[in-house]
Amino acid sequence: MSPEDGSNLLESDAASVSFKETELTLGLPGESRGLALVEKTSGKRGFLETVDLNLGRSSNVASDHNKYSGESEADVPNMAKPPAAKAQVVGWPPVRAYRKNAMKGCKYVKVAVDGAPYLRKVDLEMHNSYQQLLNALQDMFSCSSFTIRNYLNERTVMNQDVNNGVEYVPIYEDKDGDWMMLGDVPWKMFVESCKRLRLMKSSEATGFAPRTPSKCSSSN
Amino acid sequence: MITNKKPRSSDSDSIYMRDDRTEMSVDDDRSPSPNSITHDSSPTRTYNTGSGPGPGPGSSSVPEYLAPYPDQVLENVLENVLWFLTSRKDRNAASLVCRSWYRVEALTRSDLFIGNCYAVSPKRATSRFTRIRSVTLKGRPRFADFNLMPPNWGAHFAPWVSAMAMTYPWLEKVHLKRMSVTDDDLALLAESFLGFKELVLVCCDGFGTSGLAIVASRCRQLKVLDLIESEVSDDEVDWISYFPDTGTCLESLSFDCVECPIDFDALERLVANSPSLMKLRLNRHVSIGQLHRLMVQAPHLTHLGTGSFSPSEDVAQGEQGPDYVSAFAACKSIVCLSGFREIIPDYLPAINPVCANLTSLNFSYANVSAEHLKPIICNCHNLQIFWVLDSICDEGLQAVAATCKELRELRVFPFDAREDIEGPVSEVGLQAVSEGCRKLQSILYFCQRMTNAAVVAMSKNCPDLVVFRLCIMGRQRPDHVTGEPMDEGFGAIVMNCKKLTRLAVSGLLTDRAFAYIGKYGKIVRTLSVAFAGDSDMGLKYVLEGCPRLQKLEIRDSPFGDAALLSGLHHYYNMRFLWMSACKLSHQGCQQIAQALPRLVVEVIKHEDTLDMDEYVDTLYMYRSLEGSRDDVPRFVSIL
Repeated sequence: MSPEDGSNLLESDAASVSFKETELTLGLPGESRGLALVEKTSGKRGFLETVDLNLGRSSNVASDHNKYSGESEADVPNMAKPPAAKAQVVGWPPVRAYRKNAMKGCKYVKVAVDGAPYLRKVDLEMHNSYQQLLNALQDMFSCSSFTIRNYLNERTVMNQDVNNGVEYVPIYEDKDGDWMMLGDVPWKMFVESCKRLRLMKSSEATGFAPRTPSKCSSSN
Repeated sequence: MITNKKPRSSDSDSIYMRDDRTEMSVDDDRSPSPNSITHDSSPTRTYNTGSGPGPGPGSSSVPEYLAPYPDQVLENVLENVLWFLTSRKDRNAASLVCRSWYRVEALTRSDLFIGNCYAVSPKRATSRFTRIRSVTLKGRPRFADFNLMPPNWGAHFAPWVSAMAMTYPWLEKVHLKRMSVTDDDLALLAESFLGFKELVLVCCDGFGTSGLAIVASRCRQLKVLDLIESEVSDDEVDWISYFPDTGTCLESLSFDCVECPIDFDALERLVANSPSLMKLRLNRHVSIGQLHRLMVQAPHLTHLGTGSFSPSEDVAQGEQGPDYVSAFAACKSIVCLSGFREIIPDYLPAINPVCANLTSLNFSYANVSAEHLKPIICNCHNLQIFWVLDSICDEGLQAVAATCKELRELRVFPFDAREDIEGPVSEVGLQAVSEGCRKLQSILYFCQRMTNAAVVAMSKNCPDLVVFRLCIMGRQRPDHVTGEPMDEGFGAIVMNCKKLTRLAVSGLLTDRAFAYIGKYGKIVRTLSVAFAGDSDMGLKYVLEGCPRLQKLEIRDSPFGDAALLSGLHHYYNMRFLWMSACKLSHQGCQQIAQALPRLVVEVIKHEDTLDMDEYVDTLYMYRSLEGSRDDVPRFVSIL
């Protein structure tokens, strides 16, 4: 499973449900033997922000380790959890708080704004959604009066008065070097593939046709 | 049957014994440095006459004439000879020969190593050893790093620095690990030791930038100031500017863990004023542009911690920026690189000119992918130490295996340290490393899934392994291909790796794994266990089978009183035993305390547990010459 798979999803409906379907599905080993209550989950790193994912399995499996003998698919990770609460355990995995904290701010990309003299940088890991990112960008360049076209919801983010400000279109360069519109892929996938951001003046955005509402991502 | 074991007097010497054979402690989690250069062992002093007027309260002018007794001559000779003895093991052995040798060894020892600060009191240590130049102290147990111990447990530097201030005026070096150090302690240190040269604080806390400022300004002979993974509070003091303007003797300055911004101009001046500076490790508040300026000023650096490795906010668009590649090319002596705290991968190729010379590379804070890594790592033919994030995936590890044939130490940290996610590295990466890096001695590997086959392969491909630490982050995960427990893999490690002294196990493990460890792990000194084992037998196998076991830390495993009692014959030979969330009762711990009077048995209670609870939260016990310590917090009871 490599993030590059994500680019193939651009043509399909990128709603979270279909994203799940295109991901490798993971199940417990021995699933083929018909263990009850096996839940398929998608396991892309970080995708499991949604706490409601049911990772449960029948409790008798946990106590009876012998059931784990038998074949399973080659790269099916074991989703076994101990019968105890699914909450995270104190001090596990054993990574020092210092290191965990250092990882919190860890995906910096440059942000270029057409017409502005200085580059900025933004940490994508600090945000959980396109909306948050756009808000942050708006704050960052708040001295200029402009709006960012928000294709996600088909309405502008802040300044309704388009005539007074300059409208910008947010685009990003992905791993393959292509410039893409924001919002086409699920947030987490975007974070992994984004190399740099650019706020391009709408007037120059000829190659980037606005997406129709039906194709907008509804994730996050 | 409980035997009433009284420790021999030689046990007091074992407290001063360094357990590790290598100069640099293997459980040192510092940023990597080449093996040949350590922070340790200042050269032992050589004096022309043993009993001459040496520094400190020694044997200088005698008030009245005493005819030298026949052995005096021999003692003088011995003193001259023993100065040259550096190994602690040898020194401890020498001190046991007879009273005279004991005395002379104590006079000639200059490096004091205390692996557990509560095993001996400052008074006792400073009374016996009077000419110490270098002190190494270790405090909290390692599991405290993972929030398994409430704060303020202890390990205070204060009583030590007070005692040493009076007895070791010539102290030059202090190395602390997991101790609580206050600004006052640092002030006392700076005032008391005029020739002070080296301060190394690893995983310490309790002090701030004001303490650092005092050290910077008062310690005029300071050569080394290394702060490694320590918590430094921001007192809003510009400590860097407190170094003297007239110049410093600094050879090493590491402050990558200091989270406060620093005044860059002051830092630039400091670097300009420190002609001996070889090692500089910056914090993440230093931008790549600022790094460039420092590199241009100090191209002779051997160890460089690169700070954020990304530009600060105000970089003009379209501007070329400084020529980072040239700056690295000019630094022909760099052998160790670290930092990259906020890396923008575009800048990574700048380090290419130094790759061929690198022996140590720490990318463990750099969120880089395999494709970022590959063009860099393919030039690192001489790399011996590599710390990295699992963001490089199995593919990245394969690239490492393909090039780094000299690799001795590998640490793969998790970018996302949670249990129930897929994870980017697996047995594929481990297998590749085992096949490519045959000289591997030490590995720490975090992953979500693993197979016995890969672990067995490593046990066979890497016979030089001394340290094997595998952390399968999902608790009790079996081999994900066969569904079997991970017993066979770890069994192969202890069986095939004849030099193995440190082991950390994880995944689904039955008592069988511990049977293997007990049977084959004859030189294992440190063992770390979590969520493993089926019954008391597991722990019994280890306590009965591993004669060299020094440090045993166990959490969340079903070992109870019977298992604990089976180790009575051995606990005086250990530095400590930690057991948390196991099945120990108060009575069981009490029995140990009664049977072994020289053992300090601490029961640590967590906030939310009731007194009536069946099992003890945490047992932490260690041998000590002093009995109960006098700084016990309310959540600790000593049995």
